[in-house]
Amino acid sequence: MTATTEINKIINEDNLVYKKTNLLLDNEMHYCPGCTHGVIHKVIAEVIDEMDIQNETIGVSPVGCSVLAYNYIDIDWQEAAHGRAPALATATSRLMPEKYVFTYQGDGDLASIGCAEIIHACNRGENIVVFFVNNAIYGMTGGQMAPTTLEGQVTATTPYGRNTALNGHTMKITEMIALLPGTRYVTRQSAETPAAVRKLKKAVRKAFENTTEKKGLSFIEIVGTCSSGWKLTPTQSNEWMKENMFPFYQLGTLKDE
Amino acid sequence: MGDVRLMKGNEVIAEAAIRCGCDGYFGYPITPQSEVMETLMARQPWEQTGMVVLQAESEVAAINMVYGGASCGKKIMTSSSSPGISLKQEGITYLAGAELPALVVNVVRAGPGLGTIQPAQSDYFQSVKGGGHGDYKLIVLAPASVQEMNDFVGLGFELAFKYRNPALILSDGAIGQMMEKVELSDYKPRWTDEEIQEISGSWATTGKKSDRERNISTSLDLDSARQEQFNHKLQAKYRAMEENEVRFEKINCDDAEYLFIAYGSSARISQKAVELGREKGIKIGLIRPITLFPYPTKAIQEMLGQVKGILSVEMSAGQMVEDVRLAVNGKVPVEHFGRYGGIIPTPEEVLEALEQKIIGK
Repeated sequence: MTATTEINKIINEDNLVYKKTNLLLDNEMHYCPGCTHGVIHKVIAEVIDEMDIQNETIGVSPVGCSVLAYNYIDIDWQEAAHGRAPALATATSRLMPEKYVFTYQGDGDLASIGCAEIIHACNRGENIVVFFVNNAIYGMTGGQMAPTTLEGQVTATTPYGRNTALNGHTMKITEMIALLPGTRYVTRQSAETPAAVRKLKKAVRKAFENTTEKKGLSFIEIVGTCSSGWKLTPTQSNEWMKENMFPFYQLGTLKDE
Repeated sequence: MGDVRLMKGNEVIAEAAIRCGCDGYFGYPITPQSEVMETLMARQPWEQTGMVVLQAESEVAAINMVYGGASCGKKIMTSSSSPGISLKQEGITYLAGAELPALVVNVVRAGPGLGTIQPAQSDYFQSVKGGGHGDYKLIVLAPASVQEMNDFVGLGFELAFKYRNPALILSDGAIGQMMEKVELSDYKPRWTDEEIQEISGSWATTGKKSDRERNISTSLDLDSARQEQFNHKLQAKYRAMEENEVRFEKINCDDAEYLFIAYGSSARISQKAVELGREKGIKIGLIRPITLFPYPTKAIQEMLGQVKGILSVEMSAGQMVEDVRLAVNGKVPVEHFGRYGGIIPTPEEVLEALEQKIIGK
């Protein structure tokens, strides 16, 4: 008996404990090795699949590395101008209140250029889900400083490290958002270990269930890595994130009403 | 005779939106057009037709709400005045790039910058030559009366959906603020989900059904060869608009030896100047472009055998006159007369300008 036939005996429906969700398309991903976006996409796609809401869900992708998110998850998508995803989602949700509407935004998109749109969508309590991927840098444009860049962090536009006197302070926008009465569920998660991914998935499920119950806006920050922008290997990036980002961006749920 | 009222132009925009089955209005206050959203909020159309009305946090947010709503195959509009329309330009080019139908109303005030809240026509270039980045065109309708404020809301949506392209009503502070008799349109129901499916099912993001591919509302394509092809497609669409959608009015043109060309408020004033001129025995006519894009180039060219000179009348420093000169191509003298900064010219001034700049030369 050859090894292949032996494997084929093992791979059968009875033994299947895990498979890629059908919602995750087979298009080749453009993300760099070690990037967190791929895992987050997978988790979102799995939850949409498990809740059986594929035909009721509209995603809004941002400008940034995840601009092409619509190539990977098999749902209807709108591609927003830089920072404006919450405005698109607001209209979409109000015009089709029975649908599940989410935005998927990076830290440059959400915390910098789109600061007004996210704050006001949160404050109005739009019945949407916001995924905020924070890797403390602008990835797509080549690793420039974001509002979320840590003090002392080297980026293309802070080549000597972020200096608060020159570049301003690091922004914890999730804490600001948790203060707004329109938000019902605000949590900060990560995706660097299987355990973290399982926790993230629970949070994503809860957020979409809040949409079902018309509870208002659910906001999930995911602290992630940018190996290319940070100029580190994927493994080093996870270590750097744990050492530098987790103490500042503390994981956990800020609000759950 | 239908439902005839005495109403402000801005109020009529709101009323016409409700009556034509508009699904959503997203706006931000700015003088001199704030009555549009105020009227909608007072009318509470969500109780009657289900229309969504939302005051956005900025013009930028409002136009992006339009993008989101339009992506769902709904009839969506916004309105603003010049400085606010400048802020909307990013969203407008994205709408054009994603081939989304939507209606934008600009009740123009004088600029540049904050300028003043008085009427002007100094946003012509912004409206017909682009405004935002990239090679795109809007369908631009120029109302000259409160009645046309009513009529062009329905027409704007009709053309926007026909071409999957944003349409713009280019009004001004005079027409927005003045009260006139208007016959309001009959109520048309909003489209049902089934109708939206039939009209826009091939592209609207209403939730992916198992019998179709996912719909994506985007203006992005990183492949230059495909991007060029897409631009060819857009240009073909604009040529089709030029072929099929030119609208204009000719007044006293049959025997005209001189011609005014003017749109909107300036056309109303120029029409009076035609009367004054004819009382003095001067054979003047008026061409009033109703669509500014596509522009009535051929209608102007057809007059070139009989007219001795043309005066383009605008409340600007001379913008539309460039399109008149392109149409005329040097065959007869073309001059511009304009008041600006919020000043509305009198018919006497307009006639005097014709006499001095064209007839007297």
